[in-house]
Amino acid sequence: MLSIEDLCVKIGDKEILKDIHLYIDSGETHVLFGPNGAGKSTLINTILGNPKYEIVSGSIYFKGKDITDMPMYERAKLGIGISYQSPPAIPGVKLKNLLEIITNRDWSEIEKMAEILNFKDFLEREVNVGFSGGEAKRSEILQIYAQNPDFIMFDEPDSGVDVENVELIGTIINELLDKNKMPSDRKKSGLIITHMGHILNFMDVDRAHVLYNGIVACSGHPEEILNNIIKHGYERCVECYQKKEH
Amino acid sequence: MLSKERALKIKEIAEKYRNVPAPYGEDINLEEYKIEKGGISVDSLMELDEGYKSKLESIGIDIEEKTSAGSYLQINNKAVYSKTDSKIEMMPISEALKKYNLDDYLWNLVEIKDKYTARAALELTEGFFIRVPKGVKETIPLQTCLLIGEESSSQNVHNIIIVEEGAELNVITGCATSPHVKSGLHIGVSEFYVKKDAKLTYTMIHDWGENTHVRPRTGVYIEENGVFISNYVVMTEVKSIQSYPTAYCVGDNSKVTFQTVAYGKGNSKMDLGSRVVLSGKNSSADMISRTIVVDNAEIIARGHLVGESENVKGHLECRGLILSDNAHLHAVPELEAKRTNLDLTHEAAVGKIAENQLMYLMSRGLTEDEAVSLIIKGFLNVDVSGLPPKLAKSVEQIMEMTLDAS
Repeated sequence: MLSIEDLCVKIGDKEILKDIHLYIDSGETHVLFGPNGAGKSTLINTILGNPKYEIVSGSIYFKGKDITDMPMYERAKLGIGISYQSPPAIPGVKLKNLLEIITNRDWSEIEKMAEILNFKDFLEREVNVGFSGGEAKRSEILQIYAQNPDFIMFDEPDSGVDVENVELIGTIINELLDKNKMPSDRKKSGLIITHMGHILNFMDVDRAHVLYNGIVACSGHPEEILNNIIKHGYERCVECYQKKEH
Repeated sequence: MLSKERALKIKEIAEKYRNVPAPYGEDINLEEYKIEKGGISVDSLMELDEGYKSKLESIGIDIEEKTSAGSYLQINNKAVYSKTDSKIEMMPISEALKKYNLDDYLWNLVEIKDKYTARAALELTEGFFIRVPKGVKETIPLQTCLLIGEESSSQNVHNIIIVEEGAELNVITGCATSPHVKSGLHIGVSEFYVKKDAKLTYTMIHDWGENTHVRPRTGVYIEENGVFISNYVVMTEVKSIQSYPTAYCVGDNSKVTFQTVAYGKGNSKMDLGSRVVLSGKNSSADMISRTIVVDNAEIIARGHLVGESENVKGHLECRGLILSDNAHLHAVPELEAKRTNLDLTHEAAVGKIAENQLMYLMSRGLTEDEAVSLIIKGFLNVDVSGLPPKLAKSVEQIMEMTLDAS
């Protein structure tokens, strides 16, 4: 589904990502850990095609196509989706209106999902205007559901979400990523970006990576890596990082 | 009629200002614009030729008159049509002057102090006179329409609206230039009286065209518990508009809302202000302006709140988007307090479209143009308050149509 090779990315003069390799197969969901400033959001923005992020070298392939130089909206049309951590407000534009523009589903399905998310009242509200952290998350999930992309990035999907809603969001993300289907029937892929991984209690992920200082310092079994981070913080990752750096 | 002394006094002042330029806006040589005397008259808006009809529809006028309580149409300086079945009284101002003594209403709220007001006072001028009798609450909007139909001519207008005690009225005014007219001047004096417990909602849509100068002069008087709501929309090109309507909240608890939506394109020059003088106790004012400039357009968005009494409250919100380096946007919010116990605030912001909004929408699959267009629509989407849903819808449609066309 997504394959990133030798990716180096700059913002202005500053090199943020170094030699990133990442391969996410069709039907797989990966999780990306990493401390603040590791380059997680740079990686997301680069995959999305945000022109502010300059690709110095390397390539991104999506569904077998080289999308390294493809404009943002074309990538979205091709099936890349994002649920933002803190999305901007779009004053004057009703959520319903935006959903109608971006949707690839029937309106009745969207209404049903809005109901499940307990978010029906928000359809007439302006996009993200005055939304709390948790409300913004539900708005993002609803938009992603409408858009129905094949590869979805979730940037800190549980931050700001109250305890009782984390489980709900986890369940819906599982559904969006075909986790309720048999492994061989799964078509959707995902990348979950998280700090602490609370959401992982309610989700199934296949593989984990740790991004440290612009390098993928470690990849492996999600539980194992998460337990390590919980026990030791990112200390162990620093060691691995130093090994890789040299 | 006017009393002899009053008529003389007005003439005397007007003569003095015949050649005096206005403090704001480009100075216009009035000699270039003749004052057309004749004109058609019709028994129904449906009788108008197709060109006029489609123009009227594009500025929100229901030509079949199914959804209006009455219609007034003026082309150049002649009242072509004036009819209402409602309890509202409506007639051309020339007729009202024959019927009533208007000493207390004509030139009472608008001062003659520049060449434009002087021209309206001295030369042939027509306009609408609307009076809503005490206690009559008309829920269906009344529509008025002012058209320039003759080349290089000056349309001189003097309107009066009186909403008597406890009455309510909703007016939509569409102003436009006939498609074949290359250049024109519109001078419009409007004096509105909102009496005790009365309410007036006035929605105006301008579609003048790139060669028309526009000089409205408006004064509004609001008595105790009275409410005045003004919605002003200009989405198409104009040569120049300069206006600075002033509302006087004289009565206790009186309320004013000014909402302005202006989209400046081409070489349009707009100097748009609104001023509220809060002299009644607990009176309040809300001013909202949303402006966008593209191409070489220039907009000055002025706002002026004057607090003269206790417990008055006023807020001024002025937001502008500038989308071209050749355009010019200037926000001038002013607050003036003359009492300790009052609350006047303003927020003003001008700038380009926020990058993160663009990226957000583009990552959902919108092209850059689609994203810009959606953000602009949202930006201009002020809640057109106080309008019957149907009218609000048609204002919304007019905005969408012009945005989609551009």
